[in-house]
Amino acid sequence: MSTLSVGEAHRTGAAANGLYGLVAQFGTVEDVMRAAEKVKAAGYTRTDAYTPFPIEGLDEALGMKPTRLGWVVLAAGIGGGLAGFFMQWWANTQYYPLIIGGKPLNSWPNWIVIMYELTILSAAFTAGLTMIFRNGMPRAYHPIFNARGIEAASRDKFFICVQSSDPRFDLRRTTAFLESLGPERVVEVEA
Amino acid sequence: MAVAARRRPLVETNRVIGPGQSFGKIDDTVLTPVLLGVQQTPRWWWIGFGISLMFLGLYLVSIVVLLTNGVGIFGNNIPVAWAMPIINFVWWIGIGHAGTLISAALLLFRQPWRTTINRFAEAMTIFAVVCAGLYPILHLGRPWVFYWLLPYPNTFGLFPQFRSPLDWDLFAISTYASVSVLFWFIGLIPDLASLRDRAPTAFQRLLYGVLCLGWTGSAKEWQRYQRAYLLLAALSFPLVLSVHSIIAMDFAVAQLPGWNNTIMPPYFVAGAVFAGFAMVLILAVPLRRAFGLEHLITMRHLDNSAKLMLATGMIVVYGYLIEIFIAWYSGVEFERYMIWNRLFGDHAIFFWALILCNFVAIQPLWFRRVRQSPLALFVISLIVSVGMWLERFVIIVVSLTKDFLPSSWGDYISTFWDWALYIGSLGLFSTLFFLFIRLLPSIATAETKETVHHYGHEKLDPMEDVREQYYAEVKA
Repeated sequence: MSTLSVGEAHRTGAAANGLYGLVAQFGTVEDVMRAAEKVKAAGYTRTDAYTPFPIEGLDEALGMKPTRLGWVVLAAGIGGGLAGFFMQWWANTQYYPLIIGGKPLNSWPNWIVIMYELTILSAAFTAGLTMIFRNGMPRAYHPIFNARGIEAASRDKFFICVQSSDPRFDLRRTTAFLESLGPERVVEVEA
Repeated sequence: MAVAARRRPLVETNRVIGPGQSFGKIDDTVLTPVLLGVQQTPRWWWIGFGISLMFLGLYLVSIVVLLTNGVGIFGNNIPVAWAMPIINFVWWIGIGHAGTLISAALLLFRQPWRTTINRFAEAMTIFAVVCAGLYPILHLGRPWVFYWLLPYPNTFGLFPQFRSPLDWDLFAISTYASVSVLFWFIGLIPDLASLRDRAPTAFQRLLYGVLCLGWTGSAKEWQRYQRAYLLLAALSFPLVLSVHSIIAMDFAVAQLPGWNNTIMPPYFVAGAVFAGFAMVLILAVPLRRAFGLEHLITMRHLDNSAKLMLATGMIVVYGYLIEIFIAWYSGVEFERYMIWNRLFGDHAIFFWALILCNFVAIQPLWFRRVRQSPLALFVISLIVSVGMWLERFVIIVVSLTKDFLPSSWGDYISTFWDWALYIGSLGLFSTLFFLFIRLLPSIATAETKETVHHYGHEKLDPMEDVREQYYAEVKA
């Protein structure tokens, strides 16, 4: 995880110099992509970008690892399906065996539909909720909102943030570096 | 020459996004009406909302009367024990299906035209499922113990009958409802963050800020978000197919002539999508007009929805024909009598009205001129909605009135409260929908911006240039 959690950002950023990082604002997708590659090439690792819509390849350009969400969801789906099977198997063969319509107690083809629904239910909620919690949401505070003009990150501007906790971060040199990427502006962000 | 004269120019219609859109402009078009103060709410909204509230009142009155008097206020009786409550249940849940299909299936098939219509179609799905889900509960006789349907440890030591399609129904619908709400909410998160950032008042900033859970739009967040959204789509698509299949099994597993049919699941799913796209058009046509969204919900969206409506409609018509064929081919006299009764019996008028609504009325959709006329689509969609209601009436009521032994035949007469609850449920739906278009963005702005980024400057249809050139030459 390349972003800091809220508490962590508070501690490291604020403790260092009351600065969360530096934010550079860009006007187009092409500019922000080019800048992201240069930021990575310059060796910065504690970085993130803020954009109004997902930009394909931006996470890779910033050197982020792919998400493993899919594996979690696969496991949750299999777990949901198995839970569905054993719920029905247990209720019908162990807890209250009752022969209905001459069918065997473990008439498993009948269990398929509920297994199917529970597979989807479990996988879908795991996908949604894992995404929310891994993203640190719900959150009441994030230092990035201190950046001037950041509200345009949900409209039509693209931002790259280099955090002050980055080992290569140096206020003067990093500012100059970000300025060299051709941004619309560079602002300091309080922690 | 003749070709050029008949054809209208294709410039606007073949675009997923109208010309001249920018990221900021999309925000302004979609978010501004949501953020207006109470005083600035347009008059048409108050009128529509007021009328909806009146019907919602009727719904609540009907529920109170139902709870105090019991299901005896409905016309249901033996042999027609499943009547309007189940017809309306199936009708509503069918309507919901198009929303999930647009948001999930078209995402998986990479159809960029889904982006501007998926949000309100998903809202439509949820509200339709709310209306649908209340029906079986209200129909229970003792609705306050509906939780007996759920598997939970109880003092009776009993579990529900897991072998019954009626219990599968419970699992399918509760999964469908909850996953649809989740999918919708996750889709809303970036837009709620946009609303938070644009909000003119502190209250709105707080409201949308809390609702968006503190979304920042960082690359890492988007990475997980997109994966989760794709997975939810991939899970919702098979889910939506299963829901109406299972509802069809409520019928198909029974031995009743007219119900016991292996074609029921796919035929119900096609019917659901058909009814759903009709409702999408019923909502889209006034919505794009009221909010001035013609450049976002373009003629292409209407055209494509109409094509899907036509295609699924024809699958449904094929289902009607196969039902007739199978009844004859089975050689079972009860099956044959059921079809004779359906086509020429006491309730034959409902069947022929259904053919008129679901087969004849959709034929004009073969013509592009009709598919690109919002008014025509609106009218056809209303007719289709009536037709799909009639279809469920024919399947449920007409089959039940005359089954096997003539001594157990009977008739069905609906009551005032049957209709009051049905019309009231329309009020519940439209009340929720009016609140939705007022308080939440009815177009997914983040996704639309992505579409503009990818397609805003290019022509989507590779043949468009060729055709335009051809018409230009023909004209010259």
